[in-house]
Amino acid sequence: MNANAVSIRIYVPKDACAIACGADEVVAAIEAAALKRRQPVEIIRTGSRGMLWLEPLVEVATSEGRIGYGPVEADDVEALFEAGFLTGAAHDLRIGKPEEHPFMAKQTRLTFARCGIVDPASFSDYRAHGGYKGLERALALGPVEIIEEVKKSGLRGRGGAGFPTAIKWKTVADAKADRKYIVCNADEGDSGTFADRMIMEGDPFELIEGMTIAGIAVGATKGFVYTRSEYPHAIAAMEKAIQVARAHGMLGVNIAGSQHSFDMEVRMGAGAYVCGEETALLDSLEGKRGTVRAKPPLPAHKGLFQKPTVINNVLSLTAVPHILADGGEFYANFGMGRSRGTMPIQIAGNVKFGGLFETAFGITLGELVNDIGGGTASGKPVKAAQVGGPLGAYVPTWQFDLPFDYEAFAAKDALIGHGGIVVFDEGADMAKMARFAMEFCSVESCGKCTPCRIGSTRGVELMDRIIAGQRVEANLATLTDLCQTMKLGSLCALGGFTPYPVLSALNHFPEEFGAPPRRLEAAE
Amino acid sequence: MPHYEPWSEERARAVIEEFSHLEGPLMPMLHAVQETFGHVPDAIVPMLAELLNISRAEVHGVVTFYHDFRHEPAGRHVLKLCRAEACQAAGGDALADHAEHRLGCKLGETTADGRVTVEPIYCLGLCATAPSAMLDGRIVARLTERRLDALIAEAQS
Repeated sequence: MNANAVSIRIYVPKDACAIACGADEVVAAIEAAALKRRQPVEIIRTGSRGMLWLEPLVEVATSEGRIGYGPVEADDVEALFEAGFLTGAAHDLRIGKPEEHPFMAKQTRLTFARCGIVDPASFSDYRAHGGYKGLERALALGPVEIIEEVKKSGLRGRGGAGFPTAIKWKTVADAKADRKYIVCNADEGDSGTFADRMIMEGDPFELIEGMTIAGIAVGATKGFVYTRSEYPHAIAAMEKAIQVARAHGMLGVNIAGSQHSFDMEVRMGAGAYVCGEETALLDSLEGKRGTVRAKPPLPAHKGLFQKPTVINNVLSLTAVPHILADGGEFYANFGMGRSRGTMPIQIAGNVKFGGLFETAFGITLGELVNDIGGGTASGKPVKAAQVGGPLGAYVPTWQFDLPFDYEAFAAKDALIGHGGIVVFDEGADMAKMARFAMEFCSVESCGKCTPCRIGSTRGVELMDRIIAGQRVEANLATLTDLCQTMKLGSLCALGGFTPYPVLSALNHFPEEFGAPPRRLEAAE
Repeated sequence: MPHYEPWSEERARAVIEEFSHLEGPLMPMLHAVQETFGHVPDAIVPMLAELLNISRAEVHGVVTFYHDFRHEPAGRHVLKLCRAEACQAAGGDALADHAEHRLGCKLGETTADGRVTVEPIYCLGLCATAPSAMLDGRIVARLTERRLDALIAEAQS
């Protein structure tokens, strides 16, 4: 190595999305190019900033701060070195300071404040960026006050149901039992969502801190993160962080020297979508088929192994450290109506600038898809966006003034779900998408209740007949009736919400089902 | 390419007993069995039932519930194509057709020469850089026909 040269820090994401776009090859190319020039470099693997169309986004530490270049392919690396990117020099791929990029500057980042900046395996990095301030305050406050802070924040479950988190916690705290559990639902199966994956890969300590605070609040000593087999990188990052936290006395017996004990482990699902439903998830964790349980009893009373259990989504639990560190009122200052705080929204599908956009509730769907997402990647006009995963409604462009808010979406027969937006261009075949929704439900149904198990199969058959043009009017009437039965009669959201994509596609684009076009007065 | 061990009852016992101390150990045990042998053989069912003191029917029920657990060994390489909505919106249908055509088998099947199993997968969480695929655990985003051809060639080699 060149003894006179100062080592330069280069940040390359280790996020699965960056890796899938070639980040590992880029790292190898940077190492080779640096070696050739006898230039010492220190490559730090971070999470992703969330500007996923720019991945792999390589950042170089310069005297002016971190300067980003993206999307970098391995073949670009020689040219970047030639251009002097180690000093932040100009190049076609240079985007300047990532935090000043319009996509980032417009966001309110609380949960994702550190993601893409810190080394996800570094405990000292986490602490240096405000980590464990929430836990410190939680330990000082004690269980009752912790739940009071969460209540003040107005935090509602980010998994889709939007249930107030503090009420869930209070129920478990009040339950008497020899053992209680915190279960993190990281079974992020919805297409178009990746926020859980990103935070587990980019800032896993935040989830550990959130779960630890939940454990102290309700008196639970054991936590499980249940995630997907499709997320090997997230599992590795979580397991590494758990080890590091344990080594620093932040998991295990007497956390941070307190009288509280809490430990956790990661468990992997096995490709069953329905295990994202909380009671199916609990059965799966217990080593059973992932079938849905009838409620009551609520998991808060009889959850994992029949013990009182808090089951929260990753995004609910990762909001908690901020709520504790800055106070519930600070968090509640963001948002609209009964939707308080920020929501990490995921913009995906056929979109130009896809990525993670954390913002206060209230932003409209149109702003997200057109202004921030830049419209379609194909360049064709946007036709619709499916919001909230496979069980979410297709929202047509004439409803793009909808604000991101649980109640506003519900009023239009749509749902926010886990905050994923999948953009479709005019080439989308809505009857085919409706058929897919039914087919997905039939494949993934746990089989416990009839409306979901049988209804979805009959739904696929009906859609096949409709697409083939057979007795369209009668079959559409049966389909609508079937959807009502599934909506009202299913045990969980899988059967209960599959009608959302089906009916929204039918109601907004009836001509694609062979029905008369939408009447003008139906348009808004 | 993943390497799997031939079935051995002794080895299987060692693999599953490693997880005996866990709360709710069946899923981690099944994953470990599949990682070791490439699938979940029938012979493991009574062993698990005995170890966990549950019925064979219960174990069988769990094994068959989850898409991940294979009853038969897969081909030498496994190519998974994401077929969920975000990838469909970004041209995934045409790529799936292309893969089926090139490999001469349908999604969910293995090529006649046993080299490649091609399967649908429902969401790799790479939805902003769709369409995506996974070859033997390696993830690939921004899939194009050219990139897919390269993956298929790699799997067939």
